[in-house]
Amino acid sequence: MKFLCVECDQQMAFAERQLPGDGTLAATFKCPKCGRVVAMLTNPMETQLVSSLGVEIGGRTVPAERFEMVSAMVKTTGPAWSADAQERLTRVPTFVRGMVKKIYGDYAKERGITEITPAVMDTARAELGLEGM
Amino acid sequence: MRTYHQLTDPDRSGLADQIGVQRRRVAEQLAGVKRIVAVMSGKGGVGKSYVTAHLARSLARRRGGEGGEGGRAVGVLDADLNGPTIPALLQVRAAAAQPAIGLDGVKCVSMGHFLAEGTPLEFHGPSAESFVWRGAMEASALRELLGDVAWGDLDLLLLDLPPGIQRYLELCDILGAPPAVLTVTIPTPESRDAVRRAMRAALERGSELLGIIENMVGGELRGSAGDDLAAEFGVPLVARIPWHAASEVWDTLALPLTQAPRTTHPAP
Repeated sequence: MKFLCVECDQQMAFAERQLPGDGTLAATFKCPKCGRVVAMLTNPMETQLVSSLGVEIGGRTVPAERFEMVSAMVKTTGPAWSADAQERLTRVPTFVRGMVKKIYGDYAKERGITEITPAVMDTARAELGLEGM
Repeated sequence: MRTYHQLTDPDRSGLADQIGVQRRRVAEQLAGVKRIVAVMSGKGGVGKSYVTAHLARSLARRRGGEGGEGGRAVGVLDADLNGPTIPALLQVRAAAAQPAIGLDGVKCVSMGHFLAEGTPLEFHGPSAESFVWRGAMEASALRELLGDVAWGDLDLLLLDLPPGIQRYLELCDILGAPPAVLTVTIPTPESRDAVRRAMRAALERGSELLGIIENMVGGELRGSAGDDLAAEFGVPLVARIPWHAASEVWDTLALPLTQAPRTTHPAP
């Protein structure tokens, strides 16, 4: 999608992106010649379509993380578990394993951590006082 | 007024570049995979996942143990995002960035690893008209299952596709080239007619058709779908799999796959 300032016959340049938090998206584009600004407003369905492609209007400021879309968009999904972390989880008694897994999962989710590794588990244990888990 | 392609100033969003990065990521993760084979069918319930899992195990058993001489390193991507069954068939636990290791050492990645037991695949987002974006979401999820996993060096990566051709078409785009295809059918004429459409689509996209497996042979299901399709497309009927097949059947079946051409990974 591109924007053309018809009067100046100039391609307008991306200026700003806003995500109001209601599922909509606003992006402004400015004509480099006359300075005119237009805003593109997308409804939640259109915004979702852009998100589903794994791209960001205005460009990415940081590289995509592993399983970025799946982690953010799939319901009931939690952070990914590394093989080492899974192995460590198997040492937790089965009757509390689900609860422990949820604690680590919530810890990671609250901090935007997409993959639980033994190092993440160590940090969580120290911060949450989970010695022995 | 100028048209879209006449506007050539650099775009700060760089959407084409972002897509390029995604494709490079997939190509990099699959660089060590010698052969990619899609197991598909135009019909549901013919046993694609069952065949895929047994094929993978059969090939992996030829390793003669971990790192054995002349063996095969095999992976399976469960591309049936809405009905993942490969984890159960290979008896693997949850995994993500690293593939899980299933029966006979087969590497496995599946959407089933991300979903809670018994829950369907659902996405956050507006519920109205979700058909508009859901397909794109599934394609992106498939791309992440391929490109965000350290597959490592594999002799063969089997892609277990759901019924129909949509996932196959998505794979062609994500991989940058059509994968070789192994087709599964049951003997009935109804299955033959549905599978024919899928094979035609694969042929038209440029996939090499490796052959046909006729599954569930010898019971109540009557017909000659395997022979009919083999003759029509000029491809081998690789095997007829009876109900309760012995492991020797799978070992025989695995042989043609080892002779499939090497997959080329086109530069994005």
